[in-house]
Amino acid sequence: MYDAWKILVGLAIFLGLFTFAFWMNAVNAGSVGKAAPVPEPKIDTPEINRMAKDERKCVEDKQFMRTTHMQLINDWRDEALRENNREYINEKGVKYVISLQNTCMKCHSNKKEFCDKCHDYAGVSPYCWDCHIVPPEEPKEEPKGNEL
Amino acid sequence: MSMNRRQFIKIAGLSTLFGVAGKGAFEFLSPGVLDAAEHGHGAQVPEEPAEKAIRWGMTIDVEKCGEPGVVDKCIKACHSTHNIPDFGNSKNQVKWLWQDDYEHTFAGNENSYMDDHVKELPFLCLCNHCDEPPCVRVCPTKATFKRSDGIVAMDYHRCIGCRFCMAACPYGSRSFNWFDPRNALNEKEYNMEFPTRMRGVVEKCNFCVERLAKNQLPACVEAAPEALAFGNLADPDSNVRQILRKRSSMRRKLELGTKPSVFYLV
Repeated sequence: MYDAWKILVGLAIFLGLFTFAFWMNAVNAGSVGKAAPVPEPKIDTPEINRMAKDERKCVEDKQFMRTTHMQLINDWRDEALRENNREYINEKGVKYVISLQNTCMKCHSNKKEFCDKCHDYAGVSPYCWDCHIVPPEEPKEEPKGNEL
Repeated sequence: MSMNRRQFIKIAGLSTLFGVAGKGAFEFLSPGVLDAAEHGHGAQVPEEPAEKAIRWGMTIDVEKCGEPGVVDKCIKACHSTHNIPDFGNSKNQVKWLWQDDYEHTFAGNENSYMDDHVKELPFLCLCNHCDEPPCVRVCPTKATFKRSDGIVAMDYHRCIGCRFCMAACPYGSRSFNWFDPRNALNEKEYNMEFPTRMRGVVEKCNFCVERLAKNQLPACVEAAPEALAFGNLADPDSNVRQILRKRSSMRRKLELGTKPSVFYLV
């Protein structure tokens, strides 16, 4: 093999660059192949905390909302805007006003801890909040250290 | 199975006979049944029950709008309800409800030697929610559409910002968001119950559909009930029809055949 030394160095550099993503991941996460932790969206908003324990129910049941909320919200959008129907009756017969801002976000007023958690994890960036206003999150008071 | 020519012709002839006779028999015994079957649910489609017709419309009392402060309070009510940005220049202006003079509002109708009073009156302009909306005809994505109650609505989710509707609208009622409207809005003055828009969509007056859904009057009408009236044009006894029976009115650019539903009482 002619110029074996040059070829081997070139191959080494190529392999290093080719596997760059893995190296970076290893440096950042501490170990190779470690998955990002499964997110746990929080539901401890003031509005939800105010409700009695057994009243804390979403529009549909938890599993349905987890898997199908995007379709539900899409249907809501068309119902409200195009069909002029702003009332949703769920499986149990309970009525809700169709509105992302006034129904969903009223309880789930913690976009960062609720919506973003999973959306970031799943690598999706829905454009809901380009228009719909995110409720202002009350700034949490930082725990103060001991004062002298 | 073997078959000679004679047998084949016999069978073919008999089949033809049965086919023709069969259809003939159907026609003879129960006429129309075959046609109906062929055309799906043919002739007997039950007519849909006619709903109670609603056709929203508005009257604007031109003289009352001339009184100081009336126009401003209408515009302010509209803009704060719908989170409408103010960029401070007319090029980027977002128009839902705005003020113009007679000459521009009723372009083409200006008389020679017009009286100074009318010349200086402020006219409230808004989307006319036309019966034949040209904006709806040109929209390539059906982002703008006419609802059954006559309101020309926008679905900002579908708007691709092509601005055909702006070219089509003869009233200048549509505005393009050149910039993120939130840049020109005060976060503390948001109406939290209504969204903003985003950069790159066209927007316009929505006749306060979100308020109508809650049985509230449009924000501008609520702000100045002495000058504006809102009601059902399809109902001969409604408030707007009674007003229109008593007062003479004008509509903008009638000659274009868009059939506006905003009436200016003179």
